[in-house]
Amino acid sequence: MSTARISAPPRRRPVRYPGTGPLAGAVALVLLAALFLVPVYVLMMAALKPPVQADAVHMWELPESIDFSGVEQAWEKLSPNVRNSLLMVLPATIVSSLVGALNGFVLAKLPFRGAKVLFAAMLLGMFIPYQVILVPLVRFLQSVDLYGTLPGLILVHIIYGIPITTLIFRNYFNQLPHEMVEAARVDGCSNAAIFLRVMLPLSLPGFVVCAIFQFTNIWNDFLFGITVVPDPTQQPVTVALNNLAGNFSVQWNTVMAGALLAALPTALVYILLGRFFVRGLTAGSVK
Amino acid sequence: MPVLTRPAAPAPHMTKPPAKTSAGSSRWRKHRFSIAVLTPSLIMIGIFVYGFIGYSVRVSVSKWQGLNPDLSPRDPLYQTYDDMFHTPRFQADLRNVTVFTLLFLTLAVVVGLVLALLVHNALAGRTFFRGVFLFPYALSFIVTGVVWRWIFTPSTGANLILQGLGVDHGPKWITDPAVAGDVSSALEPILPGGHFIQVELGVPLALIPVVIAASWQLGGFVMANYLAALTAMPEELREAASLDGAGTLRYHWHIVLPWLRPVTAVVLILLGHISLKSFDLVYAMVGQGPGFATDVPGIFVFEQTFRALRYNTGAAASVVMFLLVAAVMVPYLYRSVIREKN
Repeated sequence: MSTARISAPPRRRPVRYPGTGPLAGAVALVLLAALFLVPVYVLMMAALKPPVQADAVHMWELPESIDFSGVEQAWEKLSPNVRNSLLMVLPATIVSSLVGALNGFVLAKLPFRGAKVLFAAMLLGMFIPYQVILVPLVRFLQSVDLYGTLPGLILVHIIYGIPITTLIFRNYFNQLPHEMVEAARVDGCSNAAIFLRVMLPLSLPGFVVCAIFQFTNIWNDFLFGITVVPDPTQQPVTVALNNLAGNFSVQWNTVMAGALLAALPTALVYILLGRFFVRGLTAGSVK
Repeated sequence: MPVLTRPAAPAPHMTKPPAKTSAGSSRWRKHRFSIAVLTPSLIMIGIFVYGFIGYSVRVSVSKWQGLNPDLSPRDPLYQTYDDMFHTPRFQADLRNVTVFTLLFLTLAVVVGLVLALLVHNALAGRTFFRGVFLFPYALSFIVTGVVWRWIFTPSTGANLILQGLGVDHGPKWITDPAVAGDVSSALEPILPGGHFIQVELGVPLALIPVVIAASWQLGGFVMANYLAALTAMPEELREAASLDGAGTLRYHWHIVLPWLRPVTAVVLILLGHISLKSFDLVYAMVGQGPGFATDVPGIFVFEQTFRALRYNTGAAASVVMFLLVAAVMVPYLYRSVIREKN
């Protein structure tokens, strides 16, 4: 689907709306973009302001001088949690992507009776409100001594990531021609060999899309972080940011700088790899 | 490694036609890789999704409150649900999640549609504008909540701008306990058991800033889905329409909007289930709000379970959340996965 989109760039004349000049659309776009960037402006300005302007009543003002003290204070408070988030997100993303690649290959390329029902039953797991599994989850983690630990949190993200990674890879492998599987089978490849030698070398784009999607999901998670890890020093950065924001002894611009720090990794991934991000997003909707 | 090279040494038994072995063992051989791959995942999902939901259902009909697990059943079994539906707080939660979902779906879809049409027809900078509008989707709801909380705190944010425009007393935004358009007194004479409802049935004004923040975050997601559909639209449709003398408005009304209808359905389902589950954004931005004006089931479950240790009540509310989401998602999965044509 995406390859077709790339190979045949549509030649389109822009539509003009009645009663508008040719520039009206452009003006509307610029105004809307400015409106969308207001929260980003608030964050960036707050993070760059000196302590005298560090209060919310000055939130719209430009900084009188560039000052990183807010960022420094936020970093001091949040850096252990940024580290936790990184230690959590990297292994969870890699493992869940690998599991998803295997599952997705089987479901897309090795049809069997009942596969769709199993796949749908698996997918429901990504849509449930996680509130409904938290209590048994906590009890399970306590019973295996993983409650309150990063490995426990990683395990949770891997397990609940299986449906979405399977979906992304099933969609990805579905668009590779089935003839490749047939040809390899005629050549005597076992299913494992078809996966390892034929499909895996072609699946780098799938891995990029899946990894970006999972990185963003897991980094931005809050509910598992706050329920599975009670110890503030072990919590991921989203939970730490929420604690920071609720602490009234912390200066306003420190909180804003903290929000900026928590947003930075996924924002960077988005800015640098936006193309893949969009693809993961449409892959994330079932069809 | 070249992609389609012949493997060096194919295993000899795999080159035999499968008909030579007995039906049972050949089916096993044919599927053993699939079974080996899928079984661990299916067991995990079976336990961690379905088994755990079953456990929560059991907790919801038990006496478990406090630190020591007590799974002995209540009599009658539904007593916890009955109590919960009678509390003003849970009634407010159901009202809030309904109002929030209706407003949020409307605003997000309208914003997403307008953005998609504008970006699709932009003279230049399509990638840039798409990037700007989709950007919030990459952020955590906690970040969104923290920033928007300050934009809609009455003493700062939006009201500072209103002051600059000469409006001295701006709205109370997230601190407003008022519920607009209360219909509960009108319902009471008509509805049997109307006295059951203990909250004002209307639009809690403090929810509106949350709707705006959520639409800011997810409007770009809607736009991206519409853009994909618009890009896939055959150019002939437009040429045919203009040959038939349809103007831009009629073209959009009769051709573009019907073309986008299937995407709209998918987007409404996906946003609807996000909205029913909402927790992070509301929790970080406003919490339960004045007089539970912004409390939602997601927050109720969290506080009952992990703060008040009323495990049965928390579990009951989570089962209600699950049923609401399942009512939306199960038909969707049935239609888009099980009945899907290859």
